[in-house]
Amino acid sequence: MRIPIETFHLDNGLLVTLSEDRTAPIVAVNLWYHVGSANERTGRTGFAHLFEHMLFQGSANVTANEHMELIQRAGGTMNGSTWLERTNYYETLPSNQLALALWLEADRMGRLLPAMTQEKLDTQRDVVKNERRWSVDNQPYGTMLEKLQELVFPADHPFQHSLIGSMEDLSAASLEDVAGFFATYYTPDNAVLSIAGDVDRAEARRLVEGYFGSIPRGKGKPPLAPMALPPVFGVRRRDIVEDEVSLPRIFLTFRSPVFGSDAYYAASVCSAILGMRRGSRLHRSLIREREVAADAAAFTFDLAKGTDLFVVDVTARPETCVARLEDEVEREIDELYRDGVSELEVKRALALIETDLVNAMQSAGERADRLSMFATFFREPELVNVQADHYRAVTSHRVNDFIAERLGEDNRATLLYVPRAGQGTEGVLAEAASEA
Amino acid sequence: MMDVFKKPDPGPSREYHFPSFDEETLPGGTRLVVAAAPKLPIITILVVFDAGAAEDPAGKEGIARLTARALSEGTSKWDGAELAEKFEQMGTSLDTGADWDSAIARLTVLPGNLAAALTLLGEVLADPAFPERDVERLKNERIAELLQLETEPRGLADERFPAFLYRESSRYARSQGGSAESVRSLTRSEIDAFYRSRYTAGRTTVIVAGDVKKADVRTLVTPLATALPRGSVARLHAADIPAPASRAIHLITKDGAPQSEIRVGHAGLPRKHPDFFAVLVMNAILGGLFGSRINLNLREKHGYTYGASSSYDWRRGAGPFEISTAVQSDVTAAALREIFAEVERMRSEEVTPEELSLATSYLEGVFPIRFETTSAIASALANLIIYDLPRSYYDEYRKEISRVTAATVLKAARDHIHPEELQTVIVGDTGQIREGLTSVGAGNISVAPAK
Repeated sequence: MRIPIETFHLDNGLLVTLSEDRTAPIVAVNLWYHVGSANERTGRTGFAHLFEHMLFQGSANVTANEHMELIQRAGGTMNGSTWLERTNYYETLPSNQLALALWLEADRMGRLLPAMTQEKLDTQRDVVKNERRWSVDNQPYGTMLEKLQELVFPADHPFQHSLIGSMEDLSAASLEDVAGFFATYYTPDNAVLSIAGDVDRAEARRLVEGYFGSIPRGKGKPPLAPMALPPVFGVRRRDIVEDEVSLPRIFLTFRSPVFGSDAYYAASVCSAILGMRRGSRLHRSLIREREVAADAAAFTFDLAKGTDLFVVDVTARPETCVARLEDEVEREIDELYRDGVSELEVKRALALIETDLVNAMQSAGERADRLSMFATFFREPELVNVQADHYRAVTSHRVNDFIAERLGEDNRATLLYVPRAGQGTEGVLAEAASEA
Repeated sequence: MMDVFKKPDPGPSREYHFPSFDEETLPGGTRLVVAAAPKLPIITILVVFDAGAAEDPAGKEGIARLTARALSEGTSKWDGAELAEKFEQMGTSLDTGADWDSAIARLTVLPGNLAAALTLLGEVLADPAFPERDVERLKNERIAELLQLETEPRGLADERFPAFLYRESSRYARSQGGSAESVRSLTRSEIDAFYRSRYTAGRTTVIVAGDVKKADVRTLVTPLATALPRGSVARLHAADIPAPASRAIHLITKDGAPQSEIRVGHAGLPRKHPDFFAVLVMNAILGGLFGSRINLNLREKHGYTYGASSSYDWRRGAGPFEISTAVQSDVTAAALREIFAEVERMRSEEVTPEELSLATSYLEGVFPIRFETTSAIASALANLIIYDLPRSYYDEYRKEISRVTAATVLKAARDHIHPEELQTVIVGDTGQIREGLTSVGAGNISVAPAK
């Protein structure tokens, strides 16, 4: 299965991709800015994400929250998200409203600052602090991303600090920061625009040129601190977090080949063999056979720079103590390291991945987002269609090469959550037992 | 040259129709619904059984969910691990589960695997073994889940809320997945009996959506339908009797919590209610949209929260109407005051034309976007079956929305929101928030521990 893709550049550097699908009168508009928490300066953790919130606070010709109102009134959905390396903004709406979405995106890319006020910044700062409380501080294992970043990246690495940000740094963010960040990163030459769905390509091109063509190119962005890291940690890393959680949970993490590389696809297949669905090794062994885990998964972060991360994520059953959990998970990895995977396991993983790739392409928004991703990281949106071929080329031999290189004892970092003292599991177990 | 400073007008809109579908009853009584949606080479199979959690006998809460989950744990021929392997080698996995009104089995496949997947699915659904050891493991997984809720404020608030909305004897008052006590009591033979009485041919609908032809599907599904158990049982008692109650606040203590998880509501309405569309629009304006009153007030005006919303949990019986948010602890009372004020305002005056048109144009416009995937189309068709809605429901949906007026919205709010009955559950730092709550007027305050 291949989707049609057309790509062009505007003179100001904006890279545009179109994918036409006339099945339903729906169109998705998706913008990736090549900026994320990695680009934040010292003392401003969380700023890239706070800035994303400010992009919904209006621009020269749009009032606060009008962006969302106009999209919803048009019968569309929208949102944005911030990650380590990128920030995206997207809308899916009836196709006769394409111009509206492009106009809104262009107005905030070209003319954001006139709408920025201290009051709006203060309110969104409060909203983001509540987002932090909700998703990080008041949520079991909610600090996982922060703790993992600290554990696996060196102190000066762009991926080392918190994405949601510290309360202190959020408090320090100013309107000057907003203006500076906007001028540096929110420029057409640092962005990719994708449009997927019910579009006339010539008309779409005319609209894009009309709305985005006059926005000036940026002056370039400061280089990130060096991101390259050796393929393995070299030493055992370990962090134990006592937290408000009911069950111990381990995140056993490995440095892994960057997203998009040939070796990445072998790593991705390996993560599926280990932890994708109920036929995976971890599920079969730790949940079904040995009954020591309540949940088990494995995944890659899909980072395109420096190093990717390969994570094995297992939650203990109530009777399983912390030491046992850790031993069992290590044992699984040791076995994998010793014996490798079989061709049949690779076949299972590839079959699941292929269905997932087709399934995802059903949604215009997902299509547009993946086009933007490949265009942002590799300047090659066509990789959307080649991805399935890359996966099909993976053999057990290549997965085993990955395992030999990356899953040894010299490349393991353990992030372990344990219930705070007094957070015992005795209550529920006793109740259950007494009623049996 | 276009004016980049001016909001563009929409172009002419293109028509959209919900995918057409065929329905028939197979020999034995199983219904087959097929929707051809050939956008991409992919197909979703969704089997719906009239075997939801509302059917759980008293003391056996959790049996519907456990039975559905245990379906894929083995047949007389294959054990659970072998089944998982077989489905996954076909690039699919079988998901089974139950909610209040039905149990389902769902899988999504590429066309080349359709025949083999349907054959294996037939074996699973007609010949489940419910192995003792796997049943015990699934029971323990539910107990682990309950334990996890004790430290998970969102889930804990959701779990505790319904007990204050319904009479204790009503199924809706108790958690869908069952308590540690009720789940622990379930036996393999009870699960098998539940399956035999409720997963019968006459209570089953097979829905197939995607890149398929009806004739092919009929041939493939008939053996599955023929193999299902026969017989019938009557549907059980009403699950939705509201608790007679006046306003009250129920605090669940989580010491040191940086936020309060708040739920406010009462028993709502059954899905097949004549005021459904008016209530849908009313709720969108109150708290259903990002631009709703409650969200704009609590998030964008006050910065109290990352988000606040209201919703109706539509079921065969009257599921909960609830307002849900999480606010920083020190503004708990202030936020609750705003929520009650918004509820009152909804009942005291007509919504503005702008508010009404935002809600109706959103619901009408977003309609096609809801059915982009084969899985979403299959789920939509399942709702017709589960809630006994007319065949023309999706063709009429946008017309029904457009008929809602400010007057019917006001009437819906006055008829169906009962401020004097609102129950409030807060999972938070009782020591810090209790004092402030006494002056909100949300009723008497009681306190319970998290476990």
